Amino acid sequence: MLNNLNILLPEIFLTLSIFSTLMIGVFIKESFNLIFNLSSAIILFTIAIIFNSSNETEKIFLDSFTRDSFSNFFKILILIASLFVLNASKVFIIDNKIGKFEYPIIILLSILGMFFMVSSNDIILFYLGLELQSLSLYILASIDRDNLRSSESGIKYFVLSALSSGLLLYGCSLLYGFTGSTNFDLIADQLIKDNTGAVFAMVFVLVGLAFKVSAVPFHMWTPDVYEGAPTSITSYFAVVPKVAGLAVLIKFMFIPFSNILSEWQLIIIFISIASMILGAVAAIVQKNIKRLLAYSSIGHVGYALAGVATGVTSGYESSIIYISIYVVMNIGAFSCLYLLKKDGEYRENISDLSGLSKKQPLLAISFLVILFSLAGIPPLAGFFAKFYVFTAVIEQKMYALAIIGLLTTVISAFYYLRIIKIIYFDDSAISFDPVKNNVAKLSVLISCAILITFFLYPAILNNVVDALFIN
Amino acid sequence: MNFPILSTLIFLPLISSFFIFLSKGQKNNYSAIYISLFSSLATFILSIFVWYSMDFSSSEFQFLEEQSWINNFIKFKLGVDGISILFIILTTLITPICIVSCINSVKDRIKEFLIAILVLETFMIGVFCSLDLVVFYLFFEAGLIPMFLIIGVWGGPRRVYSAFKFFLFTLLGSVLMLAAIIAIYWITGTTDITQIYEIKIPKEYQNLLWLAFFSSFAVKMPMWPVHTWLPDAHVEAPTAGSVILAAILLKMAGYGFLRFSVPMFPLASEYFTPLIYTLSIIAIIYTSLVALMQEDMKKLIAYSSVAHMGYVTLGIFTFTKQGIEGSIYQMISHGLISAALFLCVGVVYDRLHSRMISTYGGIVNYLPKYSFLFIVFALAGLGLPGTTGFLGEFLVLTGAFQKSYLVAMLATFGVVLGAAYMLWLTKRVIFGVTNNEEVKKMHDVNKTEICMLGILTFLVVVFGFYPAPLLETFDISVNNLINNYEMAISSGAIE
Repeated sequence: MLNNLNILLPEIFLTLSIFSTLMIGVFIKESFNLIFNLSSAIILFTIAIIFNSSNETEKIFLDSFTRDSFSNFFKILILIASLFVLNASKVFIIDNKIGKFEYPIIILLSILGMFFMVSSNDIILFYLGLELQSLSLYILASIDRDNLRSSESGIKYFVLSALSSGLLLYGCSLLYGFTGSTNFDLIADQLIKDNTGAVFAMVFVLVGLAFKVSAVPFHMWTPDVYEGAPTSITSYFAVVPKVAGLAVLIKFMFIPFSNILSEWQLIIIFISIASMILGAVAAIVQKNIKRLLAYSSIGHVGYALAGVATGVTSGYESSIIYISIYVVMNIGAFSCLYLLKKDGEYRENISDLSGLSKKQPLLAISFLVILFSLAGIPPLAGFFAKFYVFTAVIEQKMYALAIIGLLTTVISAFYYLRIIKIIYFDDSAISFDPVKNNVAKLSVLISCAILITFFLYPAILNNVVDALFIN
Repeated sequence: MNFPILSTLIFLPLISSFFIFLSKGQKNNYSAIYISLFSSLATFILSIFVWYSMDFSSSEFQFLEEQSWINNFIKFKLGVDGISILFIILTTLITPICIVSCINSVKDRIKEFLIAILVLETFMIGVFCSLDLVVFYLFFEAGLIPMFLIIGVWGGPRRVYSAFKFFLFTLLGSVLMLAAIIAIYWITGTTDITQIYEIKIPKEYQNLLWLAFFSSFAVKMPMWPVHTWLPDAHVEAPTAGSVILAAILLKMAGYGFLRFSVPMFPLASEYFTPLIYTLSIIAIIYTSLVALMQEDMKKLIAYSSVAHMGYVTLGIFTFTKQGIEGSIYQMISHGLISAALFLCVGVVYDRLHSRMISTYGGIVNYLPKYSFLFIVFALAGLGLPGTTGFLGEFLVLTGAFQKSYLVAMLATFGVVLGAAYMLWLTKRVIFGVTNNEEVKKMHDVNKTEICMLGILTFLVVVFGFYPAPLLETFDISVNNLINNYEMAISSGAIE
């Protein structure tokens, strides 16, 4: 029994600290700063706990909870991403007066939900984790409650996401009905092509998951929510839940749906192609940079799903590498937004970036690196992300998917270039306000440094991800 | 030798660009200029040293470097042979000249400009050194970033359009090559080209893969009908950008044909020869005619570049010793001549801020030294015997005559047209009546300009009379290339 608790240690620690910080927040007034720093410390501590835990596969609670290298990798990725997102946005949060003490606590709660998602080996636990995460995200989207757009985005997200959760749950119940179990491993044994009902259920589950990672055609909420929510929340949405969503998607494909590859492969290919095309085309006309990044993230999910669509381990690995590099790029891109202040207001329009290269050369060149990396131009890390995915796709002889994907990278290069054009080629009369946000600056520099130097030894990420699927 | 000399060659400009980045000051930033000049000269000397210490009697790759990189099969592998070393030296020679040229002409943000040039130099040397397809692609594509910025930030009025066109055209061509590279990886299990030469790619894949590589090289070359980005890019780019574009970036494609398309896909190369001949002939004749009608000097030289590149593709796909050696010679010679011509345009552009032919006229009366240099390069450009331009075209045509009289005749017709537009350009710019009062006030070339153009004049004339050092450098490598090609064709025919 004690051994079991040891396996659950990160989750237990996180839960207890969430409740105790909540108590502190209730009893101490003006405690945003304190709670914020405490939350960062909790995240760091959790990272330390996971680093110290073993990577051997252990299943507990009637095999419903797994701890293995796969879940540990994703937990660490989620934690590190949250840490950067949270700290880089602190100044922004205070400036925009959304510095309520609940803010970091809800983020921690959503992290807890994601922990259960990536560790789950059972439909029920998976669904509970997903809902904990989603509920936290609804609140976060509308945290700026006096702002109409923030509230609107929260409601929009809630209504649509609840619908997709409903479909997902329906799929889960069908899955239970047709396979007689809620456990992933047992479902995998029962879920074969002849089990038509279960295949039917798989489609519902897939729809729910596609919604969570905002893949086309279930992407409608993304641009509106990204635009309406405060930037600090948008950056969290763009990075962390995507990681968890993709991890769960891969897990579903790898364990319960592994025997019906031929049934879901076409669906994923379609979703992937649609996301890549829509992400590339729709972003061209955007004027708001958050909306643009929303469409860009839809496109990136399309590339990550192309790796999943291969249905083999090397493809899943390439998706994981893709999403890891995507996290680095997006943290950098959003951290740049925290540093763009004109006339006392944070700017969100692309045209406001004009003249940045003359006013703030260092920020401009960092943004340039991040954008070229998002476009997938070598020698930056974004290129390697795409390279791995397409290597896996071509290995499975899915040439059409590869060619479409590569052509959409050219289309999407256009809108990244458009931002670079505005930063570097255009002039502006208004100057930027100096922003004292050293953490954001630091995270921009760190992400740039990673993106630039990645090409020196790309195998480093490979080796880590290779180890995830050994068992 | 254990010292990683090629890596040093590649990364020296990159490291020095980092130091420039740290240097202070925007206007008259002499420390930045000195650092860039010093490092590019050091790179040049290093590349000469590599050339000097190479063994030209061997067709093997030399100065090999190999490091584990993406996985066990995709390694960071570098090496040079007789063909690539000349392109490396061309790169390291042109870069310091560009840096000198931009001291006077680039007024704004010179520090960033120098960084872009040096980063670009790193990528260009990398292209010519890489012996692995992925490494090659990495450097090949990476060059887009600095060039995009050079055109877009320091370019003329339509710079945005040109920069986007340049970037997207090239990227579109290249992504198909990336798909082909990955496909080769799965077919042969490696991306190390020395191993791929040995393994030989099966016949059924060759045509498609060849086309994918062709799509990239044709855009970069540029071949008709995808050449339209080049005049735009040249016209809008600043002088140094045009020089690098014409002298080096265009050569990557010709090098790519020699290093990848022909040796890796010999059967497909044979199969597609009529296509290449047709496109080359159209490029030679059609773009020469277009060049005749240009009113913008840079555009004229840009179209003439397309025509000259037509000779290069024609020569490579004759698969004869003369043809291939001629194309390599033509590439080196075009690198020197077009660089010099763009510098010449830059000289008058700096003074009158016009590239229009009609602005000038009768320059010879006021700028005698400049006119002399201009005429030398114009004559070299039309292939006057005694300059490098003649030798390249002559060898290519000799090669072409061995394969097809028709093609060779048509290509020869291009030589006449080349003479026509070059001489007419000279007549209108250098001679004739001066209608523009501004022209009379122009001062002649200064010392730095004489220095830059003088070096190029020297090389164009010396290697025009005495080509042996260059030909000997790549002789064995070309022989080896042709032998392998003929073996592959004969064994392919037996199957």
